[in-house]
Amino acid sequence: MSALERDANQSETAVIPADQLAVRNGLRALFDTFMLRSLSEDGRGTAEIVLAEALNNIVEHAYATHDGDIEITLHLRKNELVCKITDTGLPMPEGQLPAGKLKPLADQDELPEGGFGWHLIRTLSKDLTYSHENGRNLLSFRLDTNQSDN
Amino acid sequence: MELLAEQRGEILVVSAIGDRIDAAGAIQFKDRMRELTLAATPRVVLDMSRVAFLDSSGLGAVVAVMKALGPDRKLELSGLTATVQKVFRLTRMDSVFTIHDTVPDGLRHAG
Repeated sequence: MSALERDANQSETAVIPADQLAVRNGLRALFDTFMLRSLSEDGRGTAEIVLAEALNNIVEHAYATHDGDIEITLHLRKNELVCKITDTGLPMPEGQLPAGKLKPLADQDELPEGGFGWHLIRTLSKDLTYSHENGRNLLSFRLDTNQSDN
Repeated sequence: MELLAEQRGEILVVSAIGDRIDAAGAIQFKDRMRELTLAATPRVVLDMSRVAFLDSSGLGAVVAVMKALGPDRKLELSGLTATVQKVFRLTRMDSVFTIHDTVPDGLRHAG
């Protein structure tokens, strides 16, 4: 059995408190695991962008009015990272994920300073789904890992 | 986020020493940049060659710093690493900033 086959079904779970510093430290810890260090540099970068945006959004919006935890579960399959993120914060407005449309680039003094997060998530992920059941938000998506790339 | 500033001719070079500009550090980054760019200098170059990761809050902070410099001063960027470059490209902010591979030489006259 090759190393790739043996490692084909790895997973990592992390539970972090919903604050910005915990997101930073949680991402550092996850990306230092053997599983995520095995990804290509490009695959790691993509995964860190999407996970950071999803987690920061939960901290900023879902837990805008109360504290709580965020649970992140990552499964590494052959060419993809399957990501599930749950929290007990507020549901998405109207139960829908934001469209993530970029604002048009304006003159320098009117350039947008935000609204990039869902655009990045939607551009870089696949099969993005959201549900809210029994007081829990569940966000799931898949990421190409390009593990064969160097 | 530690920032080091050095005047090189007409260019103020600010080097980001930390390895990430993220939601947890975005406000501190903005405040520190504001302090460092108080002196009138026509060009400010932010050397990001040590920054491995930037999220959308970090990007928003870089945009805010550029806007705070006003119309007569420019914020230029230098040494974007692969993941940082990806965030700029996907948000089309790479078309807004002048981006250098390495810090330009402030002692020479540009153009």
